[in-house]
Amino acid sequence: MSHAPQHLDAARYTWGGDEFLFVEISESMSLAANFKANAMATRLTARAVDGVVDICPANASLLLRFDPDTVPPDRLEALVREVEEEVAQLSEQTLETRIIEIPVWYDDPYTRETGARFRKGHQRPDGTDLDFAAEENGLSSPQEFIRKHHESPWLVSMVGFVAGLPFMFQIVPQEEQLEVPKYLSPRTDTPPLTVGHGGCFACIYSVRGAGGYQMFGIAAAPIFDPAQKLEDFSDFMIFFRPGDIVKFKPVDEDEYRAIQAEVDAGTFTYRQVPVTFDLQKALTDPTAHNRDILEKLNGI
Amino acid sequence: MAFDILEPGLATSVQDRGRFGYYNVGIPQGGAMDQLSASMANALVGNSAGDAVLECAYLGPRFTTDTDAVIAVAGAPVQVKVNGQTADQWTRLSLAAGDEVSFGMLSGGTRYYVAVQGGIDVPEVLGSRSTYTLGALGGFQGRTLKAGDTVPVGTTSGSSSSGPAWEAVPEDLRPVYAREVTVRILPGLYDHRLTAEGMETLVSTAWKLTPVADRTGLRYAGPDLEWKPRTQPFGAGSDPSNIVDAGYAIGSIQVPGGKEPIVLHRDAVSGGGYAMVATVISADMDVVARSAPGTLTHFEPVTMEQALAARADAARVRRAVWG
Repeated sequence: MSHAPQHLDAARYTWGGDEFLFVEISESMSLAANFKANAMATRLTARAVDGVVDICPANASLLLRFDPDTVPPDRLEALVREVEEEVAQLSEQTLETRIIEIPVWYDDPYTRETGARFRKGHQRPDGTDLDFAAEENGLSSPQEFIRKHHESPWLVSMVGFVAGLPFMFQIVPQEEQLEVPKYLSPRTDTPPLTVGHGGCFACIYSVRGAGGYQMFGIAAAPIFDPAQKLEDFSDFMIFFRPGDIVKFKPVDEDEYRAIQAEVDAGTFTYRQVPVTFDLQKALTDPTAHNRDILEKLNGI
Repeated sequence: MAFDILEPGLATSVQDRGRFGYYNVGIPQGGAMDQLSASMANALVGNSAGDAVLECAYLGPRFTTDTDAVIAVAGAPVQVKVNGQTADQWTRLSLAAGDEVSFGMLSGGTRYYVAVQGGIDVPEVLGSRSTYTLGALGGFQGRTLKAGDTVPVGTTSGSSSSGPAWEAVPEDLRPVYAREVTVRILPGLYDHRLTAEGMETLVSTAWKLTPVADRTGLRYAGPDLEWKPRTQPFGAGSDPSNIVDAGYAIGSIQVPGGKEPIVLHRDAVSGGGYAMVATVISADMDVVARSAPGTLTHFEPVTMEQALAARADAARVRRAVWG
């Protein structure tokens, strides 16, 4: 197995002023670092420590907001170090989660138009972000890039930036991961539901606004619904949770419009099914692990 | 009871103390940028500290009240007018039904607050009435005010029985709006990625606040900061100022490409790929909020002990307001 080393040293603890504790689990991105961040967040949430206001797991780190008048910084650090030790002792590294199918209209006119508006200063002023991404990854065509983008699943490694935006990490060996530089200067506009990519991360922009990731397509259904009109949002206005597994499904314009009509009618629901993510399997035999979880999705 | 908005001002929004517990999904705390001024406005009208107020940025709104009302304006120095007549800031004002409130130009700072007895009565969303405009969530229909809006005001005062029965905020308690300020920071997070000279530049420069300053963050102009050259870790991006996307502390300072430090504020994006090198201490977030473009700013490094002592001092000022 030629995966990057997954051994993790002890995390680095540092302060963000008098209200934030930052725990850097690893400087570099890996499934193991993300698994540890989320496992620590889950255990810290279960402990319900008085004075801890926010627990924000990220790709390879963890951010806690706390009230130092209730839980002094040194006591909080000791507690989090205890939890880090607990997680290091875990023998079984599995996560009960779900796989979700996300319909995407790749190479759509909305992101193409936005890309054209921000061509000045782009690494590749001619062509599109997809052309640039294909070249950067040594692929023969944008179609080849699109195929590699949706054929394997992605793990939601962090939710944030703006409300409900998922960062996703491709569950394949490191040398097969798609990597694309971010825009040299961030855009001031991004269509809502744009499927973007920066570094090794895919994202779906939940709302319209600024963004620095390259743009490849547009998702057909919402992932943030403050009015909570759709059934998938009946519990909470934000769809994604860290640990979710995403399978992109390419759709054409007709299918995109049909999904939009279902969204407008309030009848759209995402195809999703519960699965177990097994870190060791995902690391040692990602092809088999991906086949197993995709079969679950295809079986519904 | 309601305010009828005739002119909305530049960016008038409903804010309270903020929305906590949702930063893990990208929803920022929000809330009044200058918490102390908003709190003083509430105290003057007999509200509780958590009642919602109008936050007015630079150019204020023009509005009428449909019933008698008690209001107060606190924050950045601005000319307050009731039916065209100058009225006092930092003072309780009584309005009769049909009275019109408007504002002149600011003479310092950026934001001032209008509190009304009973509070601005928009629905709570996720535990707060604060407006999160990017997510179109909370506040008045998730956005800044427009002409023609009818903004509801609570009829039952959330009156604080323990608050002082002030007619006006004593002069010595009012915040100052200086053109040169010192903001205390706690170095940390990714400060080890700067060279020693880079950190020295951060703490020894008089940074000038640029006009690129809003509720999300404030950008400062000055010399470039030097990052240590390095082989970037997998997934981080190519520039030495890049990290694997991580959570952002509110108040933290990032320096993309080593140019123009950005201080994240109440509506901060919750994460991203730029290394943070220090964080404004909680006691000085209001000082940053009061800074107008052009303000010369010194970032003074302190220890955690000093940050906590400053926090205790700020709590004493709040107790002076609320008893």
